Amino acid sequence: MKIGVFICHCGENISRTVDCPRVAHFCEGLPGVEYSIDYKYMCSDPGQKMIKDAIHEHKLDAIVVGSCSPNMHERTFRNAAVSAGINPFLVEIANLREHCSWVHDDVEAATEKAIELVRMAIEKVKRDKPLTKIKVPVTKRVLVIGGGIAGIQAALDVANAGYEVVLVEREPSIGGHMSQLSETFPTLDCSQCILTPRMVEVYQHPKIKLLTYSEVVKVEGFIGNFKATIKKKARHINEDLCSGCGLCITKCPTKKKAYNSFEEDLAFRPAIYVPFPQAVPNIPVIDETVCMYYKNGKCGMCVKVCDREAIDFEQKDTMLVADIGAIIVATGYKLYNIDKKTFDSKYKGYGEYGYGKYRDVIDGLQFERIASASGPTAGEIKRPSDGKEPKKIVFIQCVGSRDPSKGISYCSKICCMYTAKHAMLYKHKVHDGEAYVFYMDIRAGGKMYDEFVRRAIEEDQVKYIRGRVSRIYEENGKYIVKGEDTIAGVPVEIDADLVVLATAMIPHDNAPTLAQTIGIPYDRHGFFNEAHPKLRPVESTTAGVFLAGACQSPKDIPESVSMASAAASKAMILFASDTLEREPVVAKVNEDLCAGCFYCKKVCPFGAIEVKDITDVNGIVYKEVAYINQGVCQGCGTCTATCLSKSIELAGFNNEEIFAEIAAL
Amino acid sequence: MTQQKWEPKIVAFVCNWCTYAGADLAGTSRLKYPANTKIIRVMCSGGIDPVFILKAFERGADGVLVSGCHPNDCHYNAGNFHARRRWDLFHKLLDFVGIEKDRLQFSWISASEGKKFADVITKVTKDIMALGPFKAYQNMNSEFTIEFPELEAVALKEMLHEEEVSDGRA
Repeated sequence: MKIGVFICHCGENISRTVDCPRVAHFCEGLPGVEYSIDYKYMCSDPGQKMIKDAIHEHKLDAIVVGSCSPNMHERTFRNAAVSAGINPFLVEIANLREHCSWVHDDVEAATEKAIELVRMAIEKVKRDKPLTKIKVPVTKRVLVIGGGIAGIQAALDVANAGYEVVLVEREPSIGGHMSQLSETFPTLDCSQCILTPRMVEVYQHPKIKLLTYSEVVKVEGFIGNFKATIKKKARHINEDLCSGCGLCITKCPTKKKAYNSFEEDLAFRPAIYVPFPQAVPNIPVIDETVCMYYKNGKCGMCVKVCDREAIDFEQKDTMLVADIGAIIVATGYKLYNIDKKTFDSKYKGYGEYGYGKYRDVIDGLQFERIASASGPTAGEIKRPSDGKEPKKIVFIQCVGSRDPSKGISYCSKICCMYTAKHAMLYKHKVHDGEAYVFYMDIRAGGKMYDEFVRRAIEEDQVKYIRGRVSRIYEENGKYIVKGEDTIAGVPVEIDADLVVLATAMIPHDNAPTLAQTIGIPYDRHGFFNEAHPKLRPVESTTAGVFLAGACQSPKDIPESVSMASAAASKAMILFASDTLEREPVVAKVNEDLCAGCFYCKKVCPFGAIEVKDITDVNGIVYKEVAYINQGVCQGCGTCTATCLSKSIELAGFNNEEIFAEIAAL
Repeated sequence: MTQQKWEPKIVAFVCNWCTYAGADLAGTSRLKYPANTKIIRVMCSGGIDPVFILKAFERGADGVLVSGCHPNDCHYNAGNFHARRRWDLFHKLLDFVGIEKDRLQFSWISASEGKKFADVITKVTKDIMALGPFKAYQNMNSEFTIEFPELEAVALKEMLHEEEVSDGRA
C-alpha cells in the first residue's frame, strides 16, 4: 500500500508550535509512506490540488492529512480523495491543530507529539478498508404522535407537500391544550377560533389518516422503514355510522358521573361524551368505568335513542400496523401535579399553598377554562367554590418552575406571559377587581411580549410584586396570601378571593415509556432529547425520528408551530429521494466465529441485533448467530466490546485498526 | 537525572461525540495541557474493549484515560453506561492484579467542556508522573514474547478459514 502524508501548516496555527517540515520529513522514512509533504493551507484549492496530483503521480492508495480536527475538514479531504479516485474511508486525519499545536507551547514536545499522531494515523490507514455508503429504501409516510397544535401543524405541512400522514392522538379529539385556552398572548386572539379550522382541515385532508383515542404501542425498524403498531381503543361507537348528533349524550342518565377533564375537572360529564363541542372527530366515546351498561348490563338508553345504530357495546380495542418512513413526536406537556389525590415523590407538591386542598386555589389551565367563553362559567369569572365573582385575585408565578427543592430546576417559559394575559382578561371582565402577581423575574422574550406585560401593568393596573409566597390559608371565606415584596423589603399579606398558580410545564407521565417504545433519549425530567441543542434542535438522536413542541422542552404556541414545521420539513428532506444513504460505520458479525451468546443483543441501544438461523444443506438449523441490521445500527460499537469471541467488527474502527494505533505509540 | 527526563506515555480512549469534541474545544479555546497524552478516537465509549487498555499498557503506556459523554448525554443513548460498568469492573481487576488504580482513569467530558478536558489531562499526567514509569508489564513482556499487532481473533479466523477449506476438499 502506498500512503501519502500531507502536513498542513494552517497558516501559522500549526506551524507556530509544530515543526511541520520536520514531521513531513520524518514520515518519508516510514514503511508504506510513498510521499510526504507539508504545505501552508492544505484545505485551500491549491492544497487540495496538491493532494489530488500527488495521488495520481505517486499512485497512492491511501492518504493521511495532518491538519485541523476531522470535525472541521475530514469531509473536505475525503472529497478531494474521492475526486482523485480513492475511497473516502482510506483517508485519515491526524488532529495536529486542536489536539496539538493549540494546546502546547513547547515546540519540541509538540513536534514529537505531532509525529506520533501522524504515525498513529498512518498505521490506522494501512488497515482501513474501503467502505461504501449504505443505501436503504424510504417509505414516504409520516407518523405524527400527538394531535395538539404541534402535531396538527406537522401533519398538515407534510400532507400538503403530498405525502401521507398517520396522525395518532391519545384523547378522543385532536386539539390538545391549545383547544382549552381562552385567548392567546400577545394578541388576545381567541384560541379556538384560530385552532378549530386547522382541526377540521386535518380531518378532511385526503392525505391524513386520523386515529384518535389511539396510542402507539410498538415501533420497530429504522429510518425510512419503521413499522408502527397502533392500538385503537374501543370507543364503543361505530365511527362510520355515527353522525355526531349528540342525542345519546343528552339522554344519558349518568349526567354528572365523571369529572370533565377537558374542563380541568371544573365541570362534569356523562358516561357517553365528546370532550368539547368543537371536537374533531365529533364522535362520542363511552367511558366504561361510569357507564351503567358495563356496571349492571342494564340501561342502554343511548342504543334506544341512536337511530343510526352506531352504539356498539361489544367493540374491542384493535391493533393497526403501519409502514412509516419518519416519525414526528409531538406529545406535548401537562401541568405540574395539581392532581388533588397524590403527590408522587419526584414532585413535592405545594401543600403550603393549599394546592389540591382549597377549591379556589387553581392552576393556569383551570383559569383558562373559567375565562373561556365556552367554559363551565360561560366566560364569566367565577370562583369554583361558591360561584362568586372574585374581587381580589392573586397570581403566583414560578410554582414548581425554577424550584429545585420541588423537583424542577428549569423555567417553564410561558408562565410570565400567560399570567399577564390572565390578569388582563380578569381586569377586562371584572373592572372593579384587583389583580396581584407575585413574580421572581419577568421573562417576556418574544415579539411584542414585553410590551404585552407592560400593558398589563400600565394600562390594566395589574399590581406586580417581586417576591415569593410562603403560605396560603383560608380565613372567613378569603385566602390569606402571605408573601414578601423583595423590592420594598416588606412582608405582604393579601386577602384574596381566588388564587391562580402558574404551575410548571412537565412532560406527560408516560413520556419515558413512549421514548423507550420509539427508542429516543429523554432527559431527567422526561423531556425528549434533541440531537444537538443548537444545530439539530428538531431531530432526535435516532435517525428518522423528529421532535416538535413542548415534548422537547416548555414552549409557547409560535415556537411549537415553528418546530412542527421544521420537523415536517426534515421529514420531507428524507422523502425527497427514493433511497437514502448513510455512513457505512456499522457493525458486522463474523458468523463463523459467533457463538450465539447474544450479549450483543442485550447491550445494543438500538435493538439492531437480531437472531439469525444458520441452516445446513438440508435446511436444518444447526446454529443461531447474531445478525446486525445495517439500517438500524448507528455504529457505536458497544457490541464489539461486549462480544466474547470478538466476532463483531465496527467498520472503520475495527480492533485491528485500533490496535495498530496503539502499536504506533 | 533520568528521572527528570522521563516523560510518561498516556493513551486516552475517547468517544467521537463528546470528549473528542471537548478536546477540540480545548484547542479552539487555546487552553494548555501537557503533551504526553495521545488520543485514540472511537465512536462511543461503549465500544472501548478492555483489551484496548491492556494493549496500551503492553505497548508501553504508563497510564490510560477512558472518557465519554455524561450519563444521559450519550449519542447512542446508553453506550456510556456500558463503558462505565465495564470500566468499573476492569478497574477493580487491574487493582486486584496489582496495577496502581490511578494508571487507569475514567471521566465524563462533554463537547462543551474544553476546560474540563484540559484539567483532566493535566491531572492524569500529574498522577502518572507521581506513579513513575509503568515497568510491570514491560518486564513481563520481556519474559514472554507476544506478537504484536497480530491478533488472536485474526489468527483464529485464519485457522477457521483453513479448516473450512480442508473440509471442502474432503
